[in-house]
Amino acid sequence: MLKRLTLAAMLSLGVAGGALAAGERHGGTLVFTAPYGSSFATLDVQSSPNTQEEFITQAIHRALYSWDAVQNKPVLELATSEDVSEDGTVHTYHLRENAVFHNGKPLTADDIIYSYKRIANPKNAFPGASFIAVIKGAEDYTAGKADEISGLKKIDDHTLEITYASTINPGFPLMQNTTVIYPSDVEDEAEFGKNPVGLGAFVFKEHVPGSRLVVEKFDKYYEEGKPYLDRINIVLMAEDAARDIAFRNKEIDVSILGPTQYQAYQGEDGLKDHLLEVAEVYTRNIGFNPAFEPFKDRRVRQAINHAINAPLIIERLVKSKAYPASGWVPISSPAFDNDKAPYAYDPDKAQALLAEAGYADGFEFEVTASPNESWGVPIVEAILPMLKKVGITVKPKPVESSALGEAVTTNNFQAFIWSNLSGPDPLNALRCYYSKTPQSACNYTSYASPEFDKLYEAAKQERDPAKQNDLLRQANNIVQDDAPVWFFNYNKAVIAYQPWVHGLVPNATELAIQPYDEIWIDDKAPASRQ
Amino acid sequence: MLRFTLRRTLQIIPTVVVVAMLIFVIFSVVPGTFAASLFADGKRAADPQMIARLNEEFGLNKPLMERFATYVTDLAQFDLGTSFRTRQPVIDLINDRIWASLQLAIAAMAFALVVGVPLGFLAALRPGSVLDTVTMIGAVSGLSMPQFWLGLLMMYIFALQLNWLPSFGYGDGSFRNLILPAVTLGVTPLALLARTTRAGVLDVLNADFIRTAHSKGMSEAKVVRWHVARNALVLIVTTLGLQFGSLIGQAVVIEKLFAWPGIGSLLVDSVASRDIPVVQGTILIIVLWFLVINTAVDLIYAAIDPRIKQE
Repeated sequence: MLKRLTLAAMLSLGVAGGALAAGERHGGTLVFTAPYGSSFATLDVQSSPNTQEEFITQAIHRALYSWDAVQNKPVLELATSEDVSEDGTVHTYHLRENAVFHNGKPLTADDIIYSYKRIANPKNAFPGASFIAVIKGAEDYTAGKADEISGLKKIDDHTLEITYASTINPGFPLMQNTTVIYPSDVEDEAEFGKNPVGLGAFVFKEHVPGSRLVVEKFDKYYEEGKPYLDRINIVLMAEDAARDIAFRNKEIDVSILGPTQYQAYQGEDGLKDHLLEVAEVYTRNIGFNPAFEPFKDRRVRQAINHAINAPLIIERLVKSKAYPASGWVPISSPAFDNDKAPYAYDPDKAQALLAEAGYADGFEFEVTASPNESWGVPIVEAILPMLKKVGITVKPKPVESSALGEAVTTNNFQAFIWSNLSGPDPLNALRCYYSKTPQSACNYTSYASPEFDKLYEAAKQERDPAKQNDLLRQANNIVQDDAPVWFFNYNKAVIAYQPWVHGLVPNATELAIQPYDEIWIDDKAPASRQ
Repeated sequence: MLRFTLRRTLQIIPTVVVVAMLIFVIFSVVPGTFAASLFADGKRAADPQMIARLNEEFGLNKPLMERFATYVTDLAQFDLGTSFRTRQPVIDLINDRIWASLQLAIAAMAFALVVGVPLGFLAALRPGSVLDTVTMIGAVSGLSMPQFWLGLLMMYIFALQLNWLPSFGYGDGSFRNLILPAVTLGVTPLALLARTTRAGVLDVLNADFIRTAHSKGMSEAKVVRWHVARNALVLIVTTLGLQFGSLIGQAVVIEKLFAWPGIGSLLVDSVASRDIPVVQGTILIIVLWFLVINTAVDLIYAAIDPRIKQE
């Protein structure tokens, strides 16, 4: 199984490599799809944590760091280099001197300080405030106890010193959609929601609410020779079936696929050779509430993991558009343990464990679930007969997505099924099992293990990435053994692209989000795109 | 006539007030909050501090009665509030979308009217004929087909197979982009209009005054034009009004399917994200549209049939 997983991960990169052909060509229009809703909530991306708005961010904005999908790690974006103090808390950034905003203003340290203060401003209630909180003094600023963020210090126009509250990799929090840099010379902040101005490779041109957003090439973009495209139409298409027809009709150039389409595209010549797959950083799971008596016993939780045939569900229901989960952190995580096998499907062992725990006659529990086809009610219905075999009766409790979030974070559930972020930063992902993380934050299963805490705290202090990952790997294995959740699968994201599109990358954080400045189209594209 | 018009117009007000209250109550008790919706896709960890800040900013931690009082006071001043998601006035968001919705509804209704009424009329004048049978089979099919499925079928045939029309989107607001969503949306009212027209005309054709007209030697064309059409018109206008009024509400599915930027798709996203001010505002506009159309229909009745005005 592990060999299969590793092979699958390598294949993903292989397919992606195929998309990275040489011979870049300038010009043309790309029609990209934003599939996570029928509209953009706002053009002021600092205020929105939604994936949907990341499509705008990628085109128009830049943050201090960015995600390098090929190296699978955050890298400096708006700085050419950084000096880090011995204790790892003070970073001095040497900012790009050729970076210019779309309104003509050159990037300076003031813009970064202005942006971080705007995000952390208590009056704004912006979601990015939790990321800025890694900077020393930011929490006091957000709480209204300070007028400035003490950890931000301008040395000169192009040198910025940031003191962090602890030793962390600042790349993860400061590469986010919600921590992008805005120019400090825009007087009316409401303009950010109407005419966004950023440092990105494309300039905002037009927004037709509920239909599309159009951006055009920015001639003063700081990366030499980029972008390749003249224009991108980001069209809003929430319906899978409609996207399928539009893609086949060559009206759109890139489309994200659901399980049914994935299966169909794999069997069709002309489509199957232009699929890009990647193991994304989300773990689908059923979380158990230890306040519910049977789930206090880890043998019960392990029994459930043994009683469900996850690979079968993945094959039949998820149409193989997922990788079986062996623990919390996913395949693409540096803390993933290749030697740790997933729970084997073994109903006999499950029954034995239940008997040992005093539940030989089984019990009944309720799973709060959204309608999602890949991690909702359909999956709960699939596990019903499997758990019935070992004497456990499962009752699905259908709720809408936003009601699921509310039920889980208020600890109002016996069990829930969800897809949760489990990367790319393993330290941040495993924070959700640290006993000091509040249940309402992301320790949804109120997990508490002194052994885990010890390893996690040691990993937090460790500055050598290899040693840190090793500690996190061990911590992840403890979570797997304790089974606070049923480990279902890691999402396999798949996009289909037209043969004339090049430069797509296997972005494990969210495959649908692509670096537009790297994308180019060749001369086989239809005339409307030339 | 003026008093009649005034009375019918004023009747809109209590209806709007009741609907506004109902919307507020319903969305105050349904589970899920705007803050919870921000991490509903599991793509980020919940942030209790952010949730608290958002609830504070939007006044969601205030008592229900206080929120209701604010809502009613704002509404009385024609203020639909501010969107949680965009932090823009709800009225601005609706303004951005309403024209696309009206375009779609008017085009769909025009299609239904131009095709449905003549077909129903002809079917009634030749009952039992091939035209009548085909029209009624088509009408029943049109009424029973789910719009979502029909939309996909239209896309498949006219975009993918024939390559005549774009399968989605608003384009630059051109007629080509409007055709598929409008026809899909118009099929149900078309079928209903065809059936109603046929039934209405058949009813009138069997009336005594038609026999009298024929016996007086009036030509067939004149009987149809002066007696049949005018008398069947009341039923046709009723159906037309009801359908036209409800089209914007019905367009929710079509707008989402064809990526049409109307208020229907705005409503869907706002419900999913519990952007309550936008949900309330959008539903109110849809209800208001329905009421205005129906009031207009009542006024048209009076113009068509003086007996209604006298009543």
